[in-house]
Amino acid sequence: MRQALEGSQAIAQAVSRCRPGVVAAYPITPQTHIVENISKLVADGDLKTELVSVESEFSAASVVLGSACAGSRSYTASSSQGIMLMSEVLYNISGLRVPVVLTCANRAVGAPLSIWNDHQDSMAVRDSGWIQLYCVDNQEAVDTTIQAFRISEETEIPVMVCMDGFILTHTLEVVDIPDQALVDKYLPPFAFKRILDPKQPISIGTLVAPDFFAEVRHSQHQAMLKSEKAIIEADRDWKKLTRRGYGGLLSEKGPKDAKVGVMTLGSIGGTLAEALDTQPPRRKTKLINLRCFRPLPVAAIQKACEGLTDLIVAERAISPGLGGIVGNEIRAALAGMKKAPKVHNVAVGLGGRDVPLETLNDLVDWAKTAPDTSFSVFDAKLDKLPKEDR
Amino acid sequence: MNAKHADRLAELRAKFDRPPSWKDDPKEDKERQTIRERQPRFRGLEAGHRACQGCGEALAARLVTEAAGPDVILTNATGCLEVFTTPWPQSAWRVPWMHSLFENSAAIASGVEAAMKAQGKSTKVIAMGGDGGTFDIGFQALSGMLERDHDVLYVCYDNEAYMNTGIQRSGSTPHAAMTTTSPPGKERMGKRHLKKDLLSIIAAHHIPYAASASVAYPRDVTRKVRRALSIEGPTFLLIHCPCPLGWGHDGARTIEVARLAVQTGLFPLVELERGAITGVMPIRDQKPITDYLGLQNRFRHLFAKNDHRAEEEREHLQAIADYNIAIYGLAADGDDPLDSEGADTVHRCAIVP
Ligand SMILES: Cc1ncc(C[n+]2csc(CCOP(=O)(O)OP(=O)(O)O)c2C)c(N)n1
Ligand code: SF4
Repeated sequence: MRQALEGSQAIAQAVSRCRPGVVAAYPITPQTHIVENISKLVADGDLKTELVSVESEFSAASVVLGSACAGSRSYTASSSQGIMLMSEVLYNISGLRVPVVLTCANRAVGAPLSIWNDHQDSMAVRDSGWIQLYCVDNQEAVDTTIQAFRISEETEIPVMVCMDGFILTHTLEVVDIPDQALVDKYLPPFAFKRILDPKQPISIGTLVAPDFFAEVRHSQHQAMLKSEKAIIEADRDWKKLTRRGYGGLLSEKGPKDAKVGVMTLGSIGGTLAEALDTQPPRRKTKLINLRCFRPLPVAAIQKACEGLTDLIVAERAISPGLGGIVGNEIRAALAGMKKAPKVHNVAVGLGGRDVPLETLNDLVDWAKTAPDTSFSVFDAKLDKLPKEDR
Repeated sequence: MNAKHADRLAELRAKFDRPPSWKDDPKEDKERQTIRERQPRFRGLEAGHRACQGCGEALAARLVTEAAGPDVILTNATGCLEVFTTPWPQSAWRVPWMHSLFENSAAIASGVEAAMKAQGKSTKVIAMGGDGGTFDIGFQALSGMLERDHDVLYVCYDNEAYMNTGIQRSGSTPHAAMTTTSPPGKERMGKRHLKKDLLSIIAAHHIPYAASASVAYPRDVTRKVRRALSIEGPTFLLIHCPCPLGWGHDGARTIEVARLAVQTGLFPLVELERGAITGVMPIRDQKPITDYLGLQNRFRHLFAKNDHRAEEEREHLQAIADYNIAIYGLAADGDDPLDSEGADTVHRCAIVP
């Protein structure tokens, strides 16, 4: 049903359609409205789930790990400092290969304290072994949440659905919340096998000595690589049911023969798509929206970059002392190509800095002269800084 | 035990004997079975794990699982118990068991319990942790679990230090005890701070049942486990478990050491319901604390000759024991079959005709 909903409200509805047995979450801006909306659904009797109102994000992640291992579909959500506090458990969930879905309402990580959007939080846990899917708008966030349960349960890899804090979570948009019957058709009941059951007792989380650890990590890595297929299929099957799909791993927009590409993750993709329609750069430019960041879909990225001479990676995170996180990964991913484009890397929109439509043109102009190893915090106003810090 | 009684017991045991597979297997030599193997009890924790000889924690965990029976799910914080029972690909657990991290046993158990509720199952959930995982790093998750009223029994195996990482002090380490991070020296006499009164903090959550127990009194341990599991809601059990390695005593004297902790008043055995004291194990003959300290290397510096500090610390510890006895009313008036002498199974066996 199409309704005008706030992003967080829409996510709560989507989660409820997935019939989670257990939900555990701790409030943090800008994720708070998701927990609040789920609590209200439970209070009104519209969602039958065990809602565990934990005392920290650390426990939120631990509760869903425990409940999934005990055989219930489990969901949690967080942001920023909460994701950091969860990080130890996030590694545990993926290392134990337990299906769980988490919404990350992306927010900057302090200090300095900021409640506004960037991707530093999810990027900080990019090596934790979770599938990471980034959403452009609220409809995609709703649909991706539902897909995430299926992907996670099929691959036994936890999935983090990343949606930009405020920009998506707090924005009212018309979204279609799929009917329960449709979701039931798409998402089979939770059937995780390695569960805690007195009738067939197993031990989960044992001590692994050096003679097995490398094999565990190898198989985890292989499973991650193979999960590309599950991600593509989940999106494809969803499209068959709803006529809405998001390109699986990534999507492209713009002229096929473009020489310049701009790659982004999350809602910036929506802003730049509008810019491409309303104020296209003079040089032919195409947009690449990287939906799936983990696993990093190297083949799909290379294919999308064929024919480009310049690729601008504009990301909402930074690794101080290195530069861009996504940018450097993309450089590595393209290294095997016959004719790899130059990769120009910028961080934009850190800590909630507005990314206006003009950004597209500004970036394309800048890339004309920028050296290909470049990195800059593109929208930093250096005149605000003392000379020695510029 | 007289010979007739022993024969009768053997006869009864034979009738109760464990799995029929033993009878099917003529090769099995009953003479060579250990006493434990001949006990017709449910065993949640198998023999053959890698604990040190005389490990109090291993004994306590065995008693807890034995009392709980098979329809349970266990969660376990990182620590000795987790490490010595589950070196992949082996596991000593016969019941479903899960370890995640050092500080989240209570939160994992909360999740397991929530899943049981969601699925309409009645399987009991027991969360376990060492004193480090309970008094210190896992305390927040535990407090949250108690406050949210999860139907979970939390068992803390209190060996009074971080043993798994090589005997570092914890919030539970007694005052003046030596650990690798509270060594005695010119400026120090072991741990400077007091043992955290965790039980009172737990009781302040007004949960239906919280108790302390000791491996020296196994029937008391199993009774308290059963009592806790019969209650719906969060319950807590603190079990004093000597660690021969960390405390520096002979592994054969674990029970003796544990018993002395109770008999001196240093480790009071009490039961609290909704925050109020409802039961204590009376102490028949209070032993001087030096009887207890003297058996353990971790208190060796308290017996240094010509060191006034040692004397002061001993007086201080004696005062703690006396205070416990006064505040909990532990002094027995007359003999009681369930006091610190009567409840001791070894003594009780001796008085059975
Ligand atoms: C977050 C974290 N910090 C530190 C450790 C290291 N560590 C593992 S077990 C342990 C001590 C366990 O002590 P306790 O809970 O008392 O159990 P015991 O081994 O004595 O039974 C420590 C410090 C860890 N695993 N995780
Ligand atoms: S170090 Fe102590 S607690 Fe750990 S196994 Fe040995 S005796 Fe048990």
